[in-house]
Amino acid sequence: MSKPSKKFDSDPNTTGHVWDGIEEFDNPMPRWWLWVFYVTIIWGIGYVIAYPAWPGINGATKGLLGWSSRANVAAEIQSAEDKLAPINAKLEAAELTQITTDPELGPYAVSAGGAVFKTWCAQCHGSGAAGAIGYPNLLDNDWLWGGDIENIYATVKHGIRNEEDDDARYSEMPAFGDDYLEDDQIDAVVNYVMSLSGEAKDASVVAAGAEVFADECSSCHMEDGTGDRAQGAPNLADAIWLYGGDYDSIKETVTYSRYGVMPSWGNRLTEAQVRAVSAYVHQLGGGE
Amino acid sequence: MINYFKLIALGLITFFALIAANYARDLAYMVHALLISGVSFGLFIWVLRGMGTVKVHAQDEYMDDVIRYGVIATAFWGVVGFLAGVFIAFQLAFPVLNFEWAQGYANFGRLRPLHTSAVIFAFGGNALIATSFYVVQRTSAARLWGGNLGWFVFWGYQLFIVLAATGYLLGGTQSKEYAEPEWYVDIWLTVVWVAYLAVFLGTVIKRKEPHIYVANWFFLAFIVTVAMLHLVNNLTVPVSIFGSKSVIVWSGVQDAMVQWWYGHNAVGFFLTAGFLGMMYYFIPKQAERPVFSYKLSIIHFWAIIFLYIWAGPHHLHYTALPDWASTLGMVFSIVLWMPSWGGMINGLMTLSGAWDKLRTDPVIRMMVISVGFYGMSTFEGPMMSIRAVNSLSHYTDWTIGHVHSGALGWNGMITFGALYYLVPVLWKRERLYSLQLVSWHFWLATIGIVLYAASMWVTGIMEGLMWREVDANGFLVNSFADTVAAKKPMNIVRGLGGVMFLSGAVIMCYNLWMTVRKAPAKEASLSVAVPAE
Repeated sequence: MSKPSKKFDSDPNTTGHVWDGIEEFDNPMPRWWLWVFYVTIIWGIGYVIAYPAWPGINGATKGLLGWSSRANVAAEIQSAEDKLAPINAKLEAAELTQITTDPELGPYAVSAGGAVFKTWCAQCHGSGAAGAIGYPNLLDNDWLWGGDIENIYATVKHGIRNEEDDDARYSEMPAFGDDYLEDDQIDAVVNYVMSLSGEAKDASVVAAGAEVFADECSSCHMEDGTGDRAQGAPNLADAIWLYGGDYDSIKETVTYSRYGVMPSWGNRLTEAQVRAVSAYVHQLGGGE
Repeated sequence: MINYFKLIALGLITFFALIAANYARDLAYMVHALLISGVSFGLFIWVLRGMGTVKVHAQDEYMDDVIRYGVIATAFWGVVGFLAGVFIAFQLAFPVLNFEWAQGYANFGRLRPLHTSAVIFAFGGNALIATSFYVVQRTSAARLWGGNLGWFVFWGYQLFIVLAATGYLLGGTQSKEYAEPEWYVDIWLTVVWVAYLAVFLGTVIKRKEPHIYVANWFFLAFIVTVAMLHLVNNLTVPVSIFGSKSVIVWSGVQDAMVQWWYGHNAVGFFLTAGFLGMMYYFIPKQAERPVFSYKLSIIHFWAIIFLYIWAGPHHLHYTALPDWASTLGMVFSIVLWMPSWGGMINGLMTLSGAWDKLRTDPVIRMMVISVGFYGMSTFEGPMMSIRAVNSLSHYTDWTIGHVHSGALGWNGMITFGALYYLVPVLWKRERLYSLQLVSWHFWLATIGIVLYAASMWVTGIMEGLMWREVDANGFLVNSFADTVAAKKPMNIVRGLGGVMFLSGAVIMCYNLWMTVRKAPAKEASLSVAVPAE
C-alpha cells in the first residue's frame, strides 16, 4: 500500500489510484485541445451538410453545394473535349500526308500524339519510343510494315496479329525446328543470316546456310535478306534485331518462330487520337 | 489425462497434414502442410517425453518467461523486417537486385508484403503481445490467466508469422493489403487471437487492483477490434480444401471498402491503440512521474475508439466509392485529429517535472521522440485525408513516407524504449549494458527516419505534380516511366535512411544481449505480484 506522493509542491492532486507505482494527475484537459476538438466537430457538422454525406433508402443526401466528384470530372472532360473539338474535326478531315506539314495541325498532332503515346504505347515501346526486346524501336529507319505516315497509321489503327480487328496486319513465320529442318540446317542458316550483316563466319557453313535460306526463307525475307515490308518480313541485313542478333536468339527465332502482337487502337482510341499518335511516331526520326 | 488428448490431437494433425501435403494443389499449400505436420509431430514427441512430470508454478509470481521470449522475438523480427525493407528499398532504386534466378520468389512484388507483415505483425505484434502481457500483470497485480495458454499465444503467433511469410514468397496470398495470408492461416490466427483475448481479459478480470489501468483499456480495445476486423475482412471461400487459393465473399467496391475499413483500422487499433497502451505504461515508468491527466485519457480513449472505425473511406477518395462515403471518411479523419493528439499530450506532459531526464536518459529521449513522431503522423494523416490534398498525395510515395514516419518513428521508437526498459527488469539486471550505445541507436534511428520521410515527401509531391502536369491543350506531359526515373536519387536516399535505422536496431540487439550477459545482476526480485494499493 503506497501512498500517492507529490514530487513538487506545484503538482496537482492525483486521482488516488496507483498501479505498479504509476499514479495519475487530476489535471483538466488542456483548453486549447478541447476547443480545437470542438471546432473540428462543428466544422464536420457543417461539412456534412454542405457535401453529400448521409446514405438513405433512395440514395444519399446531395449536400447544399451540390458537389459531385463524378459530375465534376465529367464536366472537366466535356470542357476539354469541347475546346478541342474544332481542331480534332480538322485533324480527322485532313489528308494524312498533309498533317505534319500543316502549320496548325502539325504541332497540335505532335503534342496530342505525344500524350497518347505516353499513356498507351510507352508500356511496350518505352516512354522514349526506343523499344525493347520484342518491341520495335520507333526512332530508327528500320520499319517492319513501312514508315510513311499512312503505313504507321494503318499499323496503329488495326494493330498486328490480333484477333479483334479483321484488318490487323498479319504474317506468321513457320517454326522451322518443328521436324521441318534438321539441326545442322538450322545451324547453317543461322550462320548465314549472321553473315548477312557482316559477321565473319565459316565460309562452308555459310554456303550451306545460303542454300537453306534460298529454299526456305527467301520467299519472305527476299533473296538478299533485306526483307519485305508488304509481308512484315524484317530486313536481316541491317544489323538491327527485334529479338536479339546473337547466335542463340536467332536460332530460337528460326526454331520456334516469334509471334509479336499489337492491339487494334482504332477500337480503343478516337480517330483523332490515332491520327495524332501516327503523326507523333512519324516525326520521331524514322518517318518516311 | 489432458496429455492423452493432446497426444491424440497432435497425432491426428500430423497425419492429416501429411495427407493434405500429398493432395496439395499448389506449392505454398504443400510446404505449409509439411511444416504443420512437422511442428505437430515435434510437439507430439515433446508431450510424450514430458508425460508424468508435473510442473508447479507459484501462483503469486508473474509469468515472465513468455515475456522474455516475446522480447527476443520482437528484436529478432524487427531486424528481419528492417532488413527486408532495406533490401526492397534498394530493389526500387536498382532494379537489377530483382535477381533473375530468384524471380517468382524474391522479386519486389513478393518481398514487399513480407516486409510490411514482418514489421507490422511480426515486430509490432510480438512487441504488443509481450508488453501487454507484462503491463496487464503488473497493473493488475495478477499472474497471467490461463496457465500455459500464454505460451500457446506466443508460439501460435510465431507459427502464424512463419506461415504468412513463407506463403508470400511461394505465392499463397489473398492480395489484400496487410491481410495477405490465405484462409487456413487466417483460421489459425483466429484461434490464436481468441486465446490472446482470453489470457488478457482473464488477467484483467482476476486483477487485485480496484481499477483497470488506462494502458489496459487500449490493449483491450486493440485485441477486440483486431479480432472483428480480421474476421470480416477474411470471409473467404477456399477453392479447394487442398489448395491455398480462396475467393472473398465481398465484391467490387464493397470489397475495396471492407478492405480499407480493415486496413485503416489495422493502423488505428494495431499500430495506434495498442502502442498507446505501451506508451501509457512505459513513459510514466521510465519518467517516474504520474500520468498528466486522467480526464484527458478517458476522453481521448473513447473519442479514438468511436471515430477511428469510420475513417477508412479516405483510402478510396476519387474511386468507384460513392461521394457520401468518401465525405464521411474524410470528416471522421479530421475530427480524429485532436483525440489522437490527446495521447501525445498525455505522453509529453507526463514528463513535465522530469524534462531534465532528456539530457541524461537516452531511453526517455527515445520515448519522447516516438510520441513526437506520433503527433506528426496523426496530424499528417487527417491532412492527407482531405480530398484536395489526397488528389495530389494518393498513390504517390508521400503515402509511403507517412506510413514510415508512423511505423519507424512512433511504433519503432516506443518499442525500442519498451525493450530498453524491459530487458534489465526481466533479466534482473541493475541497468543496461551501455547508455552510450542507446544514444547511438537513438541518433542513427532518428536521422534514418528523417532521411526516409523527407525523401518520400519530396519524391511524393514531385510524383503527384508530374502526374497531373498537362500542356496548354490539356495533354499529359510526363509518362509514368518519366516519374520513375525522376525518383531515383530520392529512392537511394530512402534506402540509406533504412540502412541507418537498421544499424541502430542491430546496435540495440547487441546492447540488449550484453545487458543480459554482462550487466551486474540485481538482488531483489520484482516478479512477485503485490497490489500497489
